[in-house]
Amino acid sequence: MSGTFLGMPEMTTAPRGVGHLRGDRSFPDAARGAVADAQLRHNLAHATGTIRAKRERVVAEVDDWEQLRLAGAAVKAATMARLDEHLERLEREVTARGGVVHWARDAHEANRVVTDLVRATGEREVVKVKSMATQEIGLNEALADAGIEALETDLAELIVQLGHDRPSHILVPAIHRNRAEIRDIFLREMPGVDPGLTDEPRVLAEQARRHLRARFLSARVGVSGANFAVADTGTCLVVESEGNGRMCLTLPDTLITVMGIEKVVPSYRDLEVMLQLLPRSSTGERMNPYTSAWTGVTPGDGPGAFHLVLLDNGRTAALADRTGREALHCIRCSACLNVCPVYERTGGHAYGSVYPGPIGAVLSPQLTGVEDNASLPYASSLCGACFDACPVRIDIPNLLVDLRRRHVDEVSAASRVPSAEAVAMAAAAWTMGDAGRWRRAGRAGRLGRLLGRRRGRIGSLPPPLSAWTTSRDLPQPPAETFRDWWARTRPAESDVSATPRRGGPTDTSLSGQARPRGDGS
Amino acid sequence: MRIGLFVTCLGDTMFPRVGQATVRLLERLGHEVVFPADQTCCGQMHVNTGYQRQALALVRRHTEAFADCEVVVAPSGSCVGCVRHQHRTVAQRYGDDGLVAATEESARRTYELSELLVDVLGVEDVGASFPHRVTYHPTCHSLRLLRVGDKPLRLLRQVRNLELVELPAADECCGFGGTFALKNADTSTAMLADKMRHVLGTGADVLTAGDSSCLMQIGGGLSRLRTGTRTLHLAEILASPADDRVPA
Repeated sequence: MSGTFLGMPEMTTAPRGVGHLRGDRSFPDAARGAVADAQLRHNLAHATGTIRAKRERVVAEVDDWEQLRLAGAAVKAATMARLDEHLERLEREVTARGGVVHWARDAHEANRVVTDLVRATGEREVVKVKSMATQEIGLNEALADAGIEALETDLAELIVQLGHDRPSHILVPAIHRNRAEIRDIFLREMPGVDPGLTDEPRVLAEQARRHLRARFLSARVGVSGANFAVADTGTCLVVESEGNGRMCLTLPDTLITVMGIEKVVPSYRDLEVMLQLLPRSSTGERMNPYTSAWTGVTPGDGPGAFHLVLLDNGRTAALADRTGREALHCIRCSACLNVCPVYERTGGHAYGSVYPGPIGAVLSPQLTGVEDNASLPYASSLCGACFDACPVRIDIPNLLVDLRRRHVDEVSAASRVPSAEAVAMAAAAWTMGDAGRWRRAGRAGRLGRLLGRRRGRIGSLPPPLSAWTTSRDLPQPPAETFRDWWARTRPAESDVSATPRRGGPTDTSLSGQARPRGDGS
Repeated sequence: MRIGLFVTCLGDTMFPRVGQATVRLLERLGHEVVFPADQTCCGQMHVNTGYQRQALALVRRHTEAFADCEVVVAPSGSCVGCVRHQHRTVAQRYGDDGLVAATEESARRTYELSELLVDVLGVEDVGASFPHRVTYHPTCHSLRLLRVGDKPLRLLRQVRNLELVELPAADECCGFGGTFALKNADTSTAMLADKMRHVLGTGADVLTAGDSSCLMQIGGGLSRLRTGTRTLHLAEILASPADDRVPA
């Protein structure tokens, strides 16, 4: 992709030192503690298992689900191909209907714009709708620095905020907590909490409701994200389950919406596809309970002032990547998290970024640059469950593999001394680059038989292979490789297969030929 | 039919009995098997670890080694997945137009074992007998990259005296994932633990699958815990002769 987008003159990655796109540890380090946490494992297995089953049920009842996925992918691809035009259209339509559009190159700019807007109202408190974009840029911290308190009103986000914690799931930010833990957080942190609070979900929800209701009624400024923004009408949408979002979107005088630039869809009709895909994929519901849509401002109905902050924060740089731009198709449903065997065992905090799971492992490095999240593309067994679950068919395994390639290429270009892994890979490629070398290496591998000679298996190897043998045996290498067996038992065929072939010159100079007679032991 | 055997690097050096079983099986069905001696590795480990540039020579070698074969079979869903879906990507990025065309051609001619048997050779009953309680793990790449579906199960159902028991949560990854098993050993082991729990819950004597790599992972765990449950490649079960002998 070439060309420059309005408001985004440079293609830069998300800046360091602001927001929550980078962890302070590598994924394997963070995961080590997570997989050993029995409570966390139990909570995650239970919660992801429940959502998975719900999702499977409601997806199965849609006859044309695969067509819907294709349509969703097509809408997204078409949008990205002309993202600049759609954004300018969105700006025109929002402005024409009384809204104000702000362009924010990165987290710093977005935080500054929102802080200034809140300051201008004279308010010291805002109520927030659950929003990934504002978590991404660390808006709450930026507001706090300016003496403004941001109150999360989504129940799960409230639990996270009261617990001085971080979200661990895109849709269910407190998925790592069970109800007993939530009760303890409420008892410890919620002003005026009922000391006899039980851990019944209904009781907990009622307690949160009482806590929030007074704040909704007094708040003058609301802050939200947006699930979609429609370019041809200037309409923004938030889908949610609780109705707390609708409170924030309708009661305050001023509404400030922070939205990643990739959330735009060209026309209202595109929502027909997206609003079928999203609820079934995310909460496993046919339809989400609350869908709020607003178009600019309407006198006497809802906020009198509306600001839309369009956030880049590395998105244009991702768009410039021919392969990686597909990550921008994400509609934040989190279906990939719920089906991911890695996420289910580590939880979201191990990923370091507010975007965890398979999509986080591609999106976070896209936004920050691979070098700042280098372990995330490797945080996957490439099992492919994420692709099958993705409502807009993002080929996440392929994107992960491509990010790994970018990481390796960038590291090798930047450093003069190759890593131990690069040396090992080069050695392997050299050995496998010639059948003769490969045959000799295979025979050398038989030395491994010494290690396993007592029990017929190898239980311990030195680093880095100890990473395997700490939990798994390795079989004793065979006495004879397949190719030696073949050459020994079928000398005639071996001869035939070594004759020159069509298809241009081949490097067989170093005994790619099988032996005319068996030389296996 | 004359069938080129791509035995895979792991099959060549660590699990030759799988390649031998594949040869026995195909010859018993009346086909000719050839083993192009120039083959080494499809390059999947390099590609999936980020070393695509280094994989280029391996991709080139592979397409040339099998250029003469009209049909190629590999007893591995993962390696066939690499040939079919990744070789072209590598050729496009680091190779030339000729190699791109060669990888497309090779992708069309390369089959995983159950695909070859059911789709190409049109056989489900391969004349095997295996008097054991067996459960089947569908490996991720055969399931979601190749979409082999229930072909391996259809083959297993026709094996005489074999008691097939369903594996719970079968489509969940075993945690191998190539270098993932080393780079993220803790998470890989956590995934393996759940897979083993399901396998042991079936009471099966044998766990089978179409990929030696995944079997190395699950088998490595089963062996470490001395569970007494064995792993065998699908080819080994299908190659077992009708006289009820367990393959050596």
